[in-house]
Amino acid sequence: MSSTTATGVAGVTNPGHRAPSGGKDTIAGAKRRQALIAWGFAAPFVIIFAFFMLIPLVSSFAMSFTDFNARDVQTPLAVGFIGLDNYIELFKDPNFLQSLAVTGIFVIIGIPLTMTIAFFLAVALNNGISRFRAVFRVGFYAPVVTSIVAVSVVWRYILNNDGLMNMVLGWFGIEGPNWLNDTTWALPSLILMAVWRNVGTQMVIFLAGLQAVPPEVQEAAMMDGATAARRMWSITLPLLRPTILLNIVMISVGYLQFFEEAFVMTQGGPLGSTTSVAYFTFGKFRFGEYGMASASSYVLFIIIAILAFVQFRFLQPKD
Amino acid sequence: MAFDTATELSTVGKARRRFPTGHVITYTVLVLGLIAWIFPFIWMVLGSVKTQQEMLQRPPTFLPENPTLDYYVSWFQEHSFLTFFGNSVIVALFTVLGNLIFCSMVGYALAKMEFPGKKILFGLVMAMLMVPGVVTFVPLFVMVSKMGLNNTYPGLILPFVTSPIGVFLMRQFMSGIPEELMEAARIDGAGELRIFARIVLPLCGPPLATLGILTFLGSWNNFLWPLVAAQDQSMYTLPVALSLYSIGQEGTQYGLLLAGAVLIITPILLLFVFLQRYFIQGVATSGLK
Repeated sequence: MSSTTATGVAGVTNPGHRAPSGGKDTIAGAKRRQALIAWGFAAPFVIIFAFFMLIPLVSSFAMSFTDFNARDVQTPLAVGFIGLDNYIELFKDPNFLQSLAVTGIFVIIGIPLTMTIAFFLAVALNNGISRFRAVFRVGFYAPVVTSIVAVSVVWRYILNNDGLMNMVLGWFGIEGPNWLNDTTWALPSLILMAVWRNVGTQMVIFLAGLQAVPPEVQEAAMMDGATAARRMWSITLPLLRPTILLNIVMISVGYLQFFEEAFVMTQGGPLGSTTSVAYFTFGKFRFGEYGMASASSYVLFIIIAILAFVQFRFLQPKD
Repeated sequence: MAFDTATELSTVGKARRRFPTGHVITYTVLVLGLIAWIFPFIWMVLGSVKTQQEMLQRPPTFLPENPTLDYYVSWFQEHSFLTFFGNSVIVALFTVLGNLIFCSMVGYALAKMEFPGKKILFGLVMAMLMVPGVVTFVPLFVMVSKMGLNNTYPGLILPFVTSPIGVFLMRQFMSGIPEELMEAARIDGAGELRIFARIVLPLCGPPLATLGILTFLGSWNNFLWPLVAAQDQSMYTLPVALSLYSIGQEGTQYGLLLAGAVLIITPILLLFVFLQRYFIQGVATSGLK
């Protein structure tokens, strides 16, 4: 089999030379054969992808228009179609509206904070120092690779009412709040933790972007007497545009799904002050309201899609 | 590789720096930042060897007065640590294996072959990168339950055995492999499977390493899915076990929990420190392309 395939495929890529004469049929046959082989290579992935990702994606959409709940699992086709009721009910639910606000605050404060710290770290590692670069990179990246369940234990221990954080604040005469049980301070605590866990990724991507900036360009500007700030603003930043776009899209998609920190640190509390949209969805799932959960997950999906689209439109390099 | 060349190039520029005092300030800030950054890990290890009595002391001690390994012993003897560890290892290994095989196969088709539906397939894979996990979560749970896979290894592994990002990574790398290499083998009469296994895969060390590491990491740290899919204690993975011990149980047994956290983190941190160039390169390349 392999020998026929070989001539056939060669015929496609190089029709002028190798296709046997008179060969429209042969070329078509070879094309068909290559398509078959290609789909053979793709098959294991396609089956799993369809089964565990595409079908759930479509079912979730369908479920969001039904009153599907945990009791219907045995007879999924017998559920009632209720149109947009789930969505209407969602936007009447103060808890859902609160979760939108929580997610919004998390994103609006978390993203600039994470990106700024990551950017300055990357610049410092790239331009400011010449030794121990790897040590710093490993250290700042370490939180990225560690299990959130594991680090949540020590973070709760630190943010405890009489934990380390408040003790340190006490040295300066500040009486710290009960961070995780305070409706004002719980969300900022989680933002802090998210920044800690995500700076590493962004830093590494910025670093790779900075290293791709040709040093000659920088040196030429230096000769012309451009200050460091000026070079940063007029050369580095414009050249980093694709990197910045990538980082913004990645972190937006990630932060809009804000869930894990809330799950392991506060269970969405106190009083819903850390219940994000994703956490709200999970809550509905846990109570067996699958239709409702699907609807709220789709609201989140649409927000993410719109935001990513807008970011691409505004930040893509203009020709 | 490219990383290091770039690093060296930028070091050349640095030799001419005029203000060494700037360096001192940068180093100071970075060192202080680094200490703050890794402090939670240090505090975790210190706490895991303090006695219960010392844990309750206010203000807390910094270094443990009577270091003890009791919590660690307890994890192994009373809390079936090895079962959870074994589950985590099994799930991670099969997840990694599946990703390496399936993603490189489809990556090869997408990079080096022409077939109808190719654009659509690639488009779907890319679009899937943007779908939040929570969207597919509910139907996935319903499906896996209906198939009777809850509380089984396949139920924990199958949903993660391929990944869109892995397909993307493999395809990008394979697109860069020169066509001539394959062409030569085809003329020698090699079939596609042979070309894939003997020529393409051996060249794919770097992306396979990256994909393997990222998948292992994701699987090892994954906890939401195993939390709902593993209902029996004998099927818990490490993060599930720790989360069930710890979440919502304030002030209790911090020492035991911290020891558990150290046990989960240590293997991955060791792996990270030894293979850090692959970790970091992977993130950088998959991001930049």
